[in-house]
Amino acid sequence: MTEQTVTITLPRRGAVLGVLQKYGVYIAIIVLLLYNLFFTPNFFQLENFRTQFVQVVPVLIVALGMALVIGTEGIDLSVGGVMALAAAVIPLYIGYGLVPVVIIAIVVGSLVGLINGALVAFVGVQPIVATLSLMVAGRGIALLIANEQLKSVIDPNLLAIGRDSLLGVPYSVIIAAVLVLLVALLVNRTTFGKQLIAIGGSRRAAELSGLPVKRILLLVYVLCAVLAAIAGIIGTARLGASVPSTLGNLIELSAITAVVVGGTPLTGGQVKVAGTVAGALLLQFIGATLNQHNVPDAFSQITQAVIILFAVYIQRGRTAVR
Amino acid sequence: MAIESPISGAPFDGQARTSAVPVLEARGVTKRFAGVTALDSVDFAVRPGESLALMGENGAGKSTLIKVLTGVYQPDEGELLLGGVPAKFARPLDAQRSGVSTIYQEVNLIPLMSVAQNIFLGREPRNRFGLINFPRMYADARALLDVYGIDVDVRRPLRSLALGIQQMVALARSVSINARVVIMDEPTSSLEAREVETLFSVVALLREQGIAIVYVSHRMDEIYRVAERVVVLRDGRVVHVGGLTELPRVELISLMLGRSVEKVSRGGTTAFGGSHSSSAPPVLVADDLSRKHQIDGIDIQIRPGEVVGLGGLLGSGRSETLKALAGVMQLDRGSVKIDGKTVRSGSVPAAIRAGIVMLPEDRKAEGIVPGLSVRDNIVLAALPRLSRGGFSSKKNQDAVVDVFMKRLHIKASSPDQIVSELSGGNQQKVMIARWLAMSPKVLLLDEPTRGIDVGAKAEVQALIDELAREGLAIVLVSSEVEEVVEGSARVLVLREGSLETELEGDDVNEDRLLAALAGATDSAITPGADK
Repeated sequence: MTEQTVTITLPRRGAVLGVLQKYGVYIAIIVLLLYNLFFTPNFFQLENFRTQFVQVVPVLIVALGMALVIGTEGIDLSVGGVMALAAAVIPLYIGYGLVPVVIIAIVVGSLVGLINGALVAFVGVQPIVATLSLMVAGRGIALLIANEQLKSVIDPNLLAIGRDSLLGVPYSVIIAAVLVLLVALLVNRTTFGKQLIAIGGSRRAAELSGLPVKRILLLVYVLCAVLAAIAGIIGTARLGASVPSTLGNLIELSAITAVVVGGTPLTGGQVKVAGTVAGALLLQFIGATLNQHNVPDAFSQITQAVIILFAVYIQRGRTAVR
Repeated sequence: MAIESPISGAPFDGQARTSAVPVLEARGVTKRFAGVTALDSVDFAVRPGESLALMGENGAGKSTLIKVLTGVYQPDEGELLLGGVPAKFARPLDAQRSGVSTIYQEVNLIPLMSVAQNIFLGREPRNRFGLINFPRMYADARALLDVYGIDVDVRRPLRSLALGIQQMVALARSVSINARVVIMDEPTSSLEAREVETLFSVVALLREQGIAIVYVSHRMDEIYRVAERVVVLRDGRVVHVGGLTELPRVELISLMLGRSVEKVSRGGTTAFGGSHSSSAPPVLVADDLSRKHQIDGIDIQIRPGEVVGLGGLLGSGRSETLKALAGVMQLDRGSVKIDGKTVRSGSVPAAIRAGIVMLPEDRKAEGIVPGLSVRDNIVLAALPRLSRGGFSSKKNQDAVVDVFMKRLHIKASSPDQIVSELSGGNQQKVMIARWLAMSPKVLLLDEPTRGIDVGAKAEVQALIDELAREGLAIVLVSSEVEEVVEGSARVLVLREGSLETELEGDDVNEDRLLAALAGATDSAITPGADK
């Protein structure tokens, strides 16, 4: 026992929660990177980071759309089905060239979004129910189109999206970065973005203020599906094959996790674009870290579950504090 | 069973006891919520076979009292007595098992099950294999409904029946569970006139069986037909108990509103400066606004610079009329015109484009977006106007936000402060700013000063004056008689969804308004006067 007294001022629980809520995902990334710096050989190498970024792209793009939907107090479970649909139509139309096939895939995907949005906005079906049916139907139709077969895609332009780089940065990462900027612009700078957040904050108040609530909801689900379709195209390009049976399986869960961990509450009324990017990266890094330490895959899924619970707990705590 | 022993141990021989012993009684019941006293040592008693009306305006404590009587809330102070014996209802089921039933306007039964199943839910007759004895259940249900003259097929699913019949089934169910007190909360608000008659005859039958009725309704005619005694609540206190026959309607209403019938002159305690009449041609002309069960054939004209009050008790259709004007409520019939041009009915955006905006009654649920900043809340409706090419312009927004924060004295640390952190009064000003930013022609105010402090209230009232002087047409709805009388140049009085009368000039005073709220003259309060 020493005579010294050390005074530690503990911040209030509310303040801690507040900081965690705002910056938790960034703090977690830094901690994880520091851990890897010291304990994971070869983690801090350009090639590894390039791999990590390329791998995170589909989840990240899907999560961007998911963040918009969650911002309106909705949810979209059909994103995996949309990815499968986009993948399924690629081999059919790849003969016409890259641009037409991309457009077709996006249009097909947005049709799913249109149905989701119409069900939610006009029919009044709960988002989770509406998109659940499209989640199942989307992949089912994709498998029908593909005749339940895996088809290799050898169009050089498409493959380039998945494999080539510009000045050392993979094309897919560039696409994702552009999409992040566009969504951030949409959320923070446009009337549409402000209105979708207001709808998530109080749908009744938005309606009584004359906002075109139904039209905005419809558009949000279409946007989410378009982003998922783009993720499906990039995923197919990376694999060099159209695999509608497995592409995007369970991606809705990773996307929702990324959004929630990034600080966007499931109760809507906020959209954190940067947080969503960080959330997706955090999930990716956790997976990579566990993988490189030879931890079984099952364990990394459990970790994901713990992170979701923790993130939701922090958000709940914040609302309790306020 | 979580019922305390005194109840289950108390034999209740309803016939033997005289009506002197109340079947259900509350003594000195006090209930507080987060510092607000909802009930303040309330005494309440209902005797077997009597029909008692429970009256009071919004926030008087009626529903809190009902919830205490039915075990939804526990009283903070005071006690309940059942048949003269202290009782404690830990949950609604206890109250039900002790014979206190509640009938709400929405039927709390299972829509997809048959009538018979609903009546016997949880106590179905069983055969010797322990299975439901359907033939007996149907026969019993049939016999039960026959008593009340309700002729329906008991095998039909409940939801296939008219709402009135569903309510009768709910009644029959509660009576068959040995009800001793039936509390009816606005039972007729969605019933047809014919169904109301059936309900009343059932009520009469129940009373013959010694069952006590507590009747809550805003319809004066019904109260005077159904009930013999009345308990009036105001601000959580009992302000009157007595027979209905010797209580004229005007007095009952002044008791509910807390205004003396005699003399209350203009220019009392509000911040209104003067009357705002106008002779300009009307900016808003509404004809024959009608919607089933809510409003019926309402005509309104409002001139620029005029403040028109909408008077009426709760349930008179005053809020519904505002909603019809603001496009919130779809109309069955009728039209709204602004400067001679018809506004599409049932569309809020169309109403706003035409220049009609509404401050909703429930600020928290329908007005503010709690998680957003003061700025975002103010510009919410005006966003498209303040944007260029779909991009929101912070410069344009700031210009508007600055102007209104200054003009309305909105107290916030900055425009970026979250609106839910502001006081109620400042939130209300944010709401008004949202609508002034749209430069409207007609401003509909539904309870603009409810739940805000005295200072903010005076500010809002002064603002209404100022806006009218600037030529805005204003419709004012308030449950405060004083506010309506002092703020308005004209008052349209609504009763049971129709326009009762219109007060103008010197007639805009509290006496006349109270009389108009009471509706038909007292001589007309005889059975058979029901519409």
